Amino acid sequence: MKTRADEIALYLKRRARWSPLEIAFWVFAFATIWLFPSKYLILKDTAILALFALSLDLILGYAGIISLGQAAFFGLAGYFSGLVAKYGIINEPVIALICSGLVAAALGFVTSFLVLRGSDLTRLMVTLGVSLMLGEIANRYSNITGGADGLQGVDIAPILGLFRFDLYGHNGYVYCLVVLFVCFVIARRLVYSPFGLSLRSVKGNTLRAAAIGIPVKWRLVAIYTISAGFAGIAGALLTQTTAFCSLDVFSLERSADLLLVLIIGGTGYLYGGLIGAVIYKFLQDWIANLTPQYWQFWIGLVLVVIVLVGRERMAGWVRAVRGAIARLGTRLAPRSAALGGAAPDGR
Amino acid sequence: MPILETIGLEKRFGGILASQDVNLAVEQGARHALIGPNGAGKTTVINLLSGVLRPSAGRIMLEGRDITGLAPHERVRLGMARTFQINQLFLDLTPLESIGLVVSERLGAGADWWRLVGSKSSVIDEIVEIAERFRLGDVMHERTAILPYGKQRLLEIALAFACRPRVLLLDEPAAGVPEAERHELLATIEELPNDVTVLLIEHDMDLVFSFADRISVLVNGALFVDGAPEEVARDPRVKAVYLGEELDA
Repeated sequence: MKTRADEIALYLKRRARWSPLEIAFWVFAFATIWLFPSKYLILKDTAILALFALSLDLILGYAGIISLGQAAFFGLAGYFSGLVAKYGIINEPVIALICSGLVAAALGFVTSFLVLRGSDLTRLMVTLGVSLMLGEIANRYSNITGGADGLQGVDIAPILGLFRFDLYGHNGYVYCLVVLFVCFVIARRLVYSPFGLSLRSVKGNTLRAAAIGIPVKWRLVAIYTISAGFAGIAGALLTQTTAFCSLDVFSLERSADLLLVLIIGGTGYLYGGLIGAVIYKFLQDWIANLTPQYWQFWIGLVLVVIVLVGRERMAGWVRAVRGAIARLGTRLAPRSAALGGAAPDGR
Repeated sequence: MPILETIGLEKRFGGILASQDVNLAVEQGARHALIGPNGAGKTTVINLLSGVLRPSAGRIMLEGRDITGLAPHERVRLGMARTFQINQLFLDLTPLESIGLVVSERLGAGADWWRLVGSKSSVIDEIVEIAERFRLGDVMHERTAILPYGKQRLLEIALAFACRPRVLLLDEPAAGVPEAERHELLATIEELPNDVTVLLIEHDMDLVFSFADRISVLVNGALFVDGAPEEVARDPRVKAVYLGEELDA
């Protein structure tokens, strides 16, 4: 009895441990700061897109909520962080970033009640509708937002009063990467927690989730709010690192890009948004260099091919990679073989 | 006072009366079976009791408290859990995760988003106890989707049991379980602790008569006969509408 309890405790602990591949991923991510100094601009955009995609993965991959409206939170927080900097209300960028995230989360909380009911299609339409409305409000109040010209005259103070946003984008990129990492760690903690497990159960079987005492509605409200906060932080990062914010933060393309990123990277394992963002951004960059005029044609073609041909195969890659991680883990810690694998029938 | 009681319970689906004037009283610690021919409205009653459906009229009392208006998850917290006739499991989770989920939820850690699953030893101990009781010890790390049907059926009950209900509603627990895996399942149901009141819906008369100490017969959505197994078995009206063939066979 005792041994089985120990075994299970150990298994659960090991399950949530950072795998060698994950550590390698982040070591490489931070190494890019020194490896590719000429690529800071695209790397920074990638980090922001990755965080934005992570926000969608939290609701899509873990709670099964599909959305075309993440840009609502991205845009609101983008403008919020721009305005507080422009008018000197909150000068320090990190504090402004956190506040922007909270503002976006508040909008997420309020609008979450709209997405609780209904099917995937209604959710797509409601989320899309909310971001369209916000975009139009920003357009209408151009005296505040700058309207079609964008928000001008945003002056971002040095990060923590120490690191000024430089022309080469070095500090901006490091800032985005650190924020991405912190948010990722929080998301990772979250999905391995009882709360994260309850989300997966709601996604897997709502009827049963309620029948074992889970307040399904409140769990969905909570994750939608958290996801909105993450999307908001991504939006604020964009404004802060470019010292500019324009109406396209609310655009449909921004929300649609996220779905593409997650189609490329996969959902429900947190790295999908990150890997997808890297592939998407660099593919875009590479093709745009080849054919500056017609690059969207090729992006479109690649996406069609990925979706039609690659979906099953990509799931296979993910399994293969996971299998490799598991094998690596087994080799590093031989005892786990008896725990992780199928326990033979002892009777 | 009965632990679970319905008063004039009624459910309409459009023009169809699926339950009418059901006055059911389940005593504390009982092994109460609810039987009836196909379409008699047994599952409707379970759905009304567990809150999946809202009654058109009538009240449901749990330990003297009116729970008619409560959501399913609130009823679970008040001590009543159910299983489903058709498995409702978390196919992508392992039994360990599923049971761990229920236990964390019950111990109030369900909204805890920072600690790891099972970082409290009380949770682990309870997972182990439930795994042993439901004979799931050797499949704890398998994905639920690939478990043998009999094991899935055990997990179905284990998840409800992990809510530590005082009243457990079992909706045809033995349905579809192959003969080879049946014994394990029935033995597990027999071994449910006495302080848990069980309301069982079942087609299998062997199970009903070996398990139940009280039987209610439902016909056309209404309670027809209610009594001890011997009485019900002897009742000529019951034989006529329902039990005839099974008992004679």
